[in-house]
Amino acid sequence: MNKLYILLSLVFSVQLMGQSNEDCLACHLDNTLTSVRNNRNISLFVNERQFSNSVHGELDCVDCHQDFDPEDLPHLDGENIYKVDCSLCHDEVFEKYQRSLHGIAHENGKFLAPECFTCHSKHNIQSSSDDNSRTHKMNIPSLCGECHKDGTPVSTLQSVSQRHILEDYSESIHGEGLLKRGLIVTAVCTDCHDTHNILPHESPESSINRTNIPKTCMQCHRQIEKVHTKVIRGEMWENQPHVIPVCVDCHQPHKVRRVFYQEDFPNNACMECHSDPDIHKVVDGEKVSLFVDPSELENSVHKDNNCVKCHTNVTKRNSPVCLNSGIVDCTMCHVEAGEQYELSHHAKIRLIGNEDAPTCTGCHDEHLIKGKSDPQSPIYVRNIPDLCGKCHQEGHVATVHYEGEQHQIIKNYKMSLHGKGLIESGLLVTATCVSCHTNHRELPATDPLSSIHKDKIAETCGTCHQGIYNEFQSSIHSQSVSNSDEKLPTCNDCHLPHSVSNVDQADFRQKILFQCGKCHEELTHSYFDTFHGKVSNLGAAQTAKCHDCHGAHNILPPSNIASTLNRENVVETCKTCHPNSNRKFVGYLTHATHHDRDKYPYLYYTFWFMTILLVGTFSFFGLHTLLWLPRAFSEKRKHKRKNTDE
Amino acid sequence: MNNSEKNRYVERFDAFSRLLHILVIISFLLLAITGMTIKFSDVWLFQFLSSLLGGYTVTGYIHRFAAIITFVYFFAHIYYLIRKKRRERLKIKDILSGENSLVPNKQDFKDFVHTMKWFFGVGKRPDYGKWTYWEKFDYFAVFWGVLVIGSSGLILWFPEFFTELGLPGSFINIATIIHSDEALLATGFIFSVHFFNTHFRPDKFPMDPVIFTGRVSVEEMKYDRPREYEMMEKSGELQNKLIEAPSPALLKVARAFGLTALTTGLIIVVMIIYTMIFVYQ
Repeated sequence: MNKLYILLSLVFSVQLMGQSNEDCLACHLDNTLTSVRNNRNISLFVNERQFSNSVHGELDCVDCHQDFDPEDLPHLDGENIYKVDCSLCHDEVFEKYQRSLHGIAHENGKFLAPECFTCHSKHNIQSSSDDNSRTHKMNIPSLCGECHKDGTPVSTLQSVSQRHILEDYSESIHGEGLLKRGLIVTAVCTDCHDTHNILPHESPESSINRTNIPKTCMQCHRQIEKVHTKVIRGEMWENQPHVIPVCVDCHQPHKVRRVFYQEDFPNNACMECHSDPDIHKVVDGEKVSLFVDPSELENSVHKDNNCVKCHTNVTKRNSPVCLNSGIVDCTMCHVEAGEQYELSHHAKIRLIGNEDAPTCTGCHDEHLIKGKSDPQSPIYVRNIPDLCGKCHQEGHVATVHYEGEQHQIIKNYKMSLHGKGLIESGLLVTATCVSCHTNHRELPATDPLSSIHKDKIAETCGTCHQGIYNEFQSSIHSQSVSNSDEKLPTCNDCHLPHSVSNVDQADFRQKILFQCGKCHEELTHSYFDTFHGKVSNLGAAQTAKCHDCHGAHNILPPSNIASTLNRENVVETCKTCHPNSNRKFVGYLTHATHHDRDKYPYLYYTFWFMTILLVGTFSFFGLHTLLWLPRAFSEKRKHKRKNTDE
Repeated sequence: MNNSEKNRYVERFDAFSRLLHILVIISFLLLAITGMTIKFSDVWLFQFLSSLLGGYTVTGYIHRFAAIITFVYFFAHIYYLIRKKRRERLKIKDILSGENSLVPNKQDFKDFVHTMKWFFGVGKRPDYGKWTYWEKFDYFAVFWGVLVIGSSGLILWFPEFFTELGLPGSFINIATIIHSDEALLATGFIFSVHFFNTHFRPDKFPMDPVIFTGRVSVEEMKYDRPREYEMMEKSGELQNKLIEAPSPALLKVARAFGLTALTTGLIIVVMIIYTMIFVYQ
């Protein structure tokens, strides 16, 4: 209001002198006073009561009607009366108007274009908060409707594509709220299109431009993400409207209803054509079936979704409505899964042109989508190995370009502890392909983001084997304990991937020696020098292996009080196989070698004593025999001759 | 006279001694085979042999079974010596010295020196007595072997028991080395030196069946052990000790068993030599 008074005082200083409202009304109170403009008779009557009740009631006539000579009657500027310039006071609003669709049309001389007074009236300007005002919220639809309802010259304009705007609005949830329930907080025309800055939806600055629509709707629907959780994921709705559907994709403008599409594109309309088994299109000379089995849809988890909920580009502008509607983008709703998939190896190789890499439908099917708890579903836990096997079975597409070490993975998996648990025992909590590789974001082990990268494997296995994971994390093999630059083992170094076997099995127990031996070379050598190792060589699976003494996941140096080989625990550890184990018994050197004089002098000297005894005895008798041999032969010949002589 | 001498036999080993040697052969071969599979467990040849015999568990039982036979014959022999002393009213002195004693003496040293002279061509073949010095070595080698391998073997068989008695744990390691290397010495010695000295030497080749028949012809004795023959002839003992020739059936069985045992031993020693040369280098 202060601003207004400053402006007014400015205006007064340069104002026509002496011209009061009484002077003007002396003539203009006469309701027969008319003038001719553009060959039309127009009334020059001013209702004093209305004026004095208007928001401008305090002003003088000449505050708005300027630049004319009151003495010169009729005061015309050439043929026209002097224009009132609202921008003298309302400059900011006027600027907006000038940029707006209406303003530009007016500038271009389009006589249908509204000016300030078209909406606000002339002398009877009321505050928008006044119930009787034309610009009061309740009156906005009818105000705009004056031009935009059906049958008006405006409604026939080519540039205005929307039809039945007012009718649609009045039936919409917004219109119903306003008109039937008197809900003053509902949206009217100006809430979406703005009041003065009305712009075509193509304009990037328009409040109804695709990218701005969410912001516009969210003026009122602030908490919209709470009910659109799957679509919005936080601020995506607002910041990335180009990747997710915007409000108007589902809630058509003007006819906003909770379920708008059923009315426009009912499923049976789609199925009229698509239930025909012969329906097809031709792409590059090849027939592509467009048949949709109605029974598939009925059994799908999407059975309550309308066709157009997924096939979004269906529009009545095309004929048929689904022409070139393109592929379905599942990530419209399944945003999180889509984000994960984007990072996956499947997505990456597809991006570089590998058509064999699966997209959503490769695993989830198209119309017969079933939930993961449905035993018939390809993503049901028991069906996962076969699902992945479609491509990853030896000889199938995924194995053709593969250069890694893993082969026969599906076959090995089915023989593995996990696979047997799943297939033979029907254990649904067992690990399948996706338990380790994740379901959407599978990546090669070399990728640091991969769930099976060497730094992540323990964590991945730990999702099921939590107890073991905790033990392992506090063991010497854990990076957090060892803090070593050398390669530390992780789960899959001992438990072979895909062919994970039962640790009680002979095969596992024998192989573990070589697994540990990969790093602990010397200790493994000396193990094989002692009894446990020697009989292990002969296939004695039950004999103590590395982990029987050192522990498996909780492995720690013997100096650690928690180690199975700590002085406090070692007698008990040996007792698992040797029930009569005792303090002296555990003094047996399980990794002894007689080659190390400094570490094991007794063994060293015993060995050398025995070796000298051996070499000595053999040397003596070897020589004895060698000397004897020629003598014995000649003696035999002599003896024979003597016998024959006799 | 030759004919008569050829058909005249004297007893060299009594029935008990013959039985004892059969037990020694059986147990020793079993121990050697099953023991070597562990000693050379990293060699494919012995791994194959082990699986052929039914694996480590089976060979373990065989080894212990043969060990029991060893302890049985060892104590049976001691008992035999005691009984022999009583029955023949021998004095300790008779057992420890004299012509028939197995204990090495001055005469053996002389025989050895003569043998060396003969080997180097500066003397004739010595007139050996009833037991040559190498036969005496064989006899005591078994004594020594059973004691050393047997006692170390017991430690390995019952490690908890012995450590409970106070034996340090590292002695199990020492026992392993002694048991293993002494066994290598014993098998190597028996399957090469004993086999040659007794069976493969040109005048006995391919084997001397006397240990199974127990009888040696007077002619053979006269040539092989002239001193024994002379002493027996002088004392007139020869006439008293004459005995029937071994039956052809007994000879046949003796040869079959003996040659089987010899072949088995040879195979083992060949396997060991193969391992030493080609695997261990």
